[in-house]
Amino acid sequence: MAIETEPGRTGTGGEAGGAAPVRAWWMRPGLIAAIIGAVIGYAIGHWLGNLITHGYPQAATGGGSPDSNDTPIVLGYLFLVIGWLAGMGVFNDLGRLMAGRRVSGEYAESRGLARYFRFTLDHKVVGIQYLVGMIIYFCTAGLLAMAIRTELLSPVHHVFSSAVYVEIVGEHGTMMMMLMTSVILGPFGNYLVPLMIGSKRVAFPRLEALSFWLTPAAFLILLSALLLGGFNFGWTGYAPLSIQDTVGADAYFFAFGLMGISIILAGFNILVTVICYRAPGMRWSRIPMFVWGLLGTAVMMTLAGPILVGGCYMTLTDRTVQTAFFSDQLGGSSYLWQNLFWFFGHPEVYILALPGFGIVMEMLPVFTRKPLFGYRMAAAGIIGVTLLSFFVWQHHLFDSGINPDMRPLFMLTTELISIPTGFIFLVGMGTLWKAKIRLTVPMLFALAFYFNFLIGGVTGVYNSDAPADVTEHGSFFVMAHFHYTIMGGLIFAFMAGCYYWLPKMMGIKLNQTLGKWHFWLMFLGFNSTFLPLFAVGLLGQPRRVFEYARHLQTLNDWVSISSYVLGFSILLFVINFVWSTVVVRERATANPWNSRGLEWLTSSPPPVDNFSRVPVVLSGPYEYGVKDAPPVADLNPPVGVLAAAVSDIDTARAEA
Amino acid sequence: MAAETQPPATGATGSGSNHGLRIFLIWLVLALAVDLIYWFVIGPNVPPGTLGSAAQGQRFDINVMTVMCLPVMLMVLVYFGYSLVVWRHRQDDDEDGPPIHGNTRIQATWITVTTVIVLSLFGFGTYELIAPNGAGGGEGPAPIWNPPGARLTVAQQRAPWSPGQVLVVQVIAQQWKFTFRYPQFGGFETPNLVLPEGQWVQFDVTSLDVIHSFWAYQLGVKADANPGVDNVAYTKTQHLGNFTVRCAELCGLWHGAMFDYGKVKSVAQFESWVSATKTQFASVTSILNKCVPYATTYDPTTIKAKCSGPVMNTLGLTSAGGGWGSPLDPAGP
Repeated sequence: MAIETEPGRTGTGGEAGGAAPVRAWWMRPGLIAAIIGAVIGYAIGHWLGNLITHGYPQAATGGGSPDSNDTPIVLGYLFLVIGWLAGMGVFNDLGRLMAGRRVSGEYAESRGLARYFRFTLDHKVVGIQYLVGMIIYFCTAGLLAMAIRTELLSPVHHVFSSAVYVEIVGEHGTMMMMLMTSVILGPFGNYLVPLMIGSKRVAFPRLEALSFWLTPAAFLILLSALLLGGFNFGWTGYAPLSIQDTVGADAYFFAFGLMGISIILAGFNILVTVICYRAPGMRWSRIPMFVWGLLGTAVMMTLAGPILVGGCYMTLTDRTVQTAFFSDQLGGSSYLWQNLFWFFGHPEVYILALPGFGIVMEMLPVFTRKPLFGYRMAAAGIIGVTLLSFFVWQHHLFDSGINPDMRPLFMLTTELISIPTGFIFLVGMGTLWKAKIRLTVPMLFALAFYFNFLIGGVTGVYNSDAPADVTEHGSFFVMAHFHYTIMGGLIFAFMAGCYYWLPKMMGIKLNQTLGKWHFWLMFLGFNSTFLPLFAVGLLGQPRRVFEYARHLQTLNDWVSISSYVLGFSILLFVINFVWSTVVVRERATANPWNSRGLEWLTSSPPPVDNFSRVPVVLSGPYEYGVKDAPPVADLNPPVGVLAAAVSDIDTARAEA
Repeated sequence: MAAETQPPATGATGSGSNHGLRIFLIWLVLALAVDLIYWFVIGPNVPPGTLGSAAQGQRFDINVMTVMCLPVMLMVLVYFGYSLVVWRHRQDDDEDGPPIHGNTRIQATWITVTTVIVLSLFGFGTYELIAPNGAGGGEGPAPIWNPPGARLTVAQQRAPWSPGQVLVVQVIAQQWKFTFRYPQFGGFETPNLVLPEGQWVQFDVTSLDVIHSFWAYQLGVKADANPGVDNVAYTKTQHLGNFTVRCAELCGLWHGAMFDYGKVKSVAQFESWVSATKTQFASVTSILNKCVPYATTYDPTTIKAKCSGPVMNTLGLTSAGGGWGSPLDPAGP
C-alpha cells in the first residue's frame, strides 16, 4: 500500500496512549538503562551457563582447551543482548500490546540530542545514529589495519606476537565485513529512502531501530574477544579451526550471528518500504538509482543473512553442546561451513558494492546536468548483479577439492557478473558524454569510485579464472582485489554520500576545502597502498602472514607507509566532520547541488513527518535539460487526488 | 571494440563523431602500445615462473587475460580522461547539458561486445583448466582431469616408481608444518620435499587437524589440505630449481611461519636422495608402516590408539607417525 490510509497511525510513535509514566532515571529507556541491563544480563547468563554445564566435563571443556567452557560465555552474550535491548525499551510496547494495553508514545519524542541515544521510531534519527556508529566502527577497524601494516614493515622483526597479530587480523577483517555491511544502507538508506520515494515513514520502524541497536552490541561483543584471547581464524571462521579455538571464538560467532539478524531486519524494512510505500506516481521507472541499488542490497541481505545466522548458530552448538556439524570424524564436514559461509559471503560482497553503484549513478546526473544515460540498463545491471550473486559462491573454493568438476560452471557464473557490472560503466560513460561536469567533492569521490572499481572489477575476472586463481587464491592479490571493490568502491561512495547528503541530513555543509584535501590524500593514498599489493600477491605472499620473503620488503614498506597516508586522510575526514557539524555549523542552502531529487524538495533537515501531505510524483528524477519537464513532484496535491488513487486501488482489488 | 566508443547520436550537433573518433584514435594507439609492451617485455617475467608445467600454464593464462583486459580498461580510462578535460562545466554557464536518455544501438553493442568477451574468457579458462590436467589446482579425491598414468587407487600409488611414470607424493599438513610421504618407495616420510626433473608429479594433499593449503608457489600448485579428504593436484617439473612451499589458508597462531622449501633434482640425484633417505629413516618407516600404513587420509584420533606412547615420542619427526597436534590441545604441538 503506497498511501497512508490510516491517519491515526501516521507519524512516528503511533497514537499516544496517555502520558508515559515517569520512571526513575535508571529505569528510563535509553543508553544508561541499556548498559545496566547488559551487565546484569551477562552476569545472569554466565551464571546459568556454569550451572547447566556443572558436572558435564565434556561440555565444559568443549572442543577447546581444558580451561574453556563456552556455554557460560555464549549464554552470557545472549542474556547481555536481551538485557541491552530491554534497557533500550525495545520490548516495552510489545509487552503493552500483549497485555492488551495501548502502545505508549514514549518513542515519539523527536527533539533534542537525547533522542539519538534512544530507541526511536523516526527513520531520520536512526539514519544519524547509523551514520555516527558506522564512522566509529570504521575508524576502529581502520586502526587495526594500520597495526597490521606496522607489523608487516619488516619480514623478520616483530612488533606483535603471533597470537596478537592473528587477533588483530581477525578483528580487522570481521569488523569491516560484518559491521560495514550496512555502511550505506544504514545511514543513507534509512534516512533517505522514504524521502526519495515520497513516504512519510518506513514500513517497520521498530525493526529498523532494532537493527541499529543490535550493531553497538555486536561491536562491543566482537571487541570483547580481545579480552578472551581473541580468535585465530580471520574473518572467515573456517571449521574445524573455529571449533578448536578458545572462548574468544564465541565472541566472533555470537557477534557475527547478531549482525546477521541486524542486516536481515534492516534489509527487510527497506525492501518492504520501497515496494509498498512509494508515493502515487512513483513508478518503477521513476525510482532514483540510489533506491534501486538499495533494493538489490536489501534483497540480498534478506536472503543471505539467514544462512549466516544459521551457520553461526551451528558452530555455537558445536562449541557448546557438542553437536558435530563440522567434525569429520563424527559425520560432519569441514566443507559444510565453507559452503554456508560463502553462500552468505558472496552475496555479502555485493551487498558491499551495490549501494556504491546506486550512489554514483545518483550523483552523475546532478553534477553533469544531464539525464542518466540508459536508466533501464542501470536498473537491469543492479537486478542482474543481485540475482547472479547467489550462484557464484564456490569460486572461493576452486582449490579446496570440493566439487572440482563444477569449476567451469562457477567460472562462468562469476564472469557473467561482469556483464551487468559493465552496464554500470556504460551508464556512467554515457552520462558523461557532452556533459557539463562540475568537479565538486562528491563528484570527485563518485569518479574515483569508477576508477577504483574498474581495477577491482577487472582483477575480479582474474580471480574468477580457475587456472590463474591457483596462484592468486589466498594471496595478497585477492586481498588487494577486494579492497579495491570494497574500500575503493563502497567507502569512496560512502564519502561521496557524506559530502552530498549531510547538507540534507543535518542542514550543515561540510568544509569543501578540507574535503578536497581529504579526497586527494585518500585517492592517492588508497591507490598507493593497494596497487602494489597485486604484485606482492603474484610474487607469492600469502594473506594473514607475519613473516614473508625478504625480497618483498621494499614493496611491503611502500605499502605500509602509504597506508599511514590513507589513515591520515580518514583522520582529515573525521576532523572535517566534527569541525563542520559541531564547531562551525555553517548552514547549507536548501538545495546546494541544485538537484532535482525529491528528497531536496523538503526543508533540510526535513520535518518529523517528512511531507505535510503525501506528494504526487510527476516525473523522473533525472530530467535535466529536458525542456518543459515538470517538477519531480507536487508536494501539495489537490485534495481528492489521494482519495481517488485509493479508491482506484480498492476498485481494482474488488475486481480482482 | 570500436563500436563501443561511437558517440550517442544526439542529433543536436555534428561534432559528436569528432569526439568519438578522437577518443577511438587515442585509445587505439595507447591500447596497441600497452599490449605490445606487456606481451613482449613484461609478460615473459610474470610470476609464478616455469618450474612446473602448471605454473607456466598460469603465467600464459594471466598474460592472455591481461592482453584482453588492458584495452578494456584503457578504453574506460581514456573516455573518462577525455570527458574530464573536454566536457567540464564553464563558469557562468548555467545551462543544463543535452537531454540524452540513452541510445539503443550503443547499448545493444555494449551488451553484445561484453558478452562475447566474457564468454570467450570462459571458454579459454575452461580449456586452460582441463587441458593441463587441472592447472595445478586441487581436484578432490577423484580427479577427472589427469595425466596419463595417474595413480588413483592406493594399490597403484604403492606400486614402485620408475622414471617416466607419475610420481606420487603425499602431503600431510598439520599445525604448523608439512610432512611428505613417498608411497612408491616403501612409504617413508620426510620433512623435505624433493622431486625429479621432467616428471609428472601427483600431490595427494590431506590434513590431520584443520584446513591448510599446500601452495608450492614456483610449481604452480595449490590444493587445500582438508582433514579426512584426499585432495589431488598435478604438475610436471620442467627444469632444476628450488621452490617455496607456504600454507595459504589461515590455520591458527603460527600460520605465518608455516613454510618449507623444496628442490627439483635430476632423476639420478633424486634416486640417490631416495635411497639415502630410506636408509636414514628405515627404523621409523618400519614402525610407521606397521601402525599407520600408507592411506589417502588419516584419522589422528585412531593413530594414537594404534601407535602407543613410545612410538609417539620417538617418531616426533613425522606426521602420521606421531607429532600431530591434538584437537583438544590448541596450544600444541
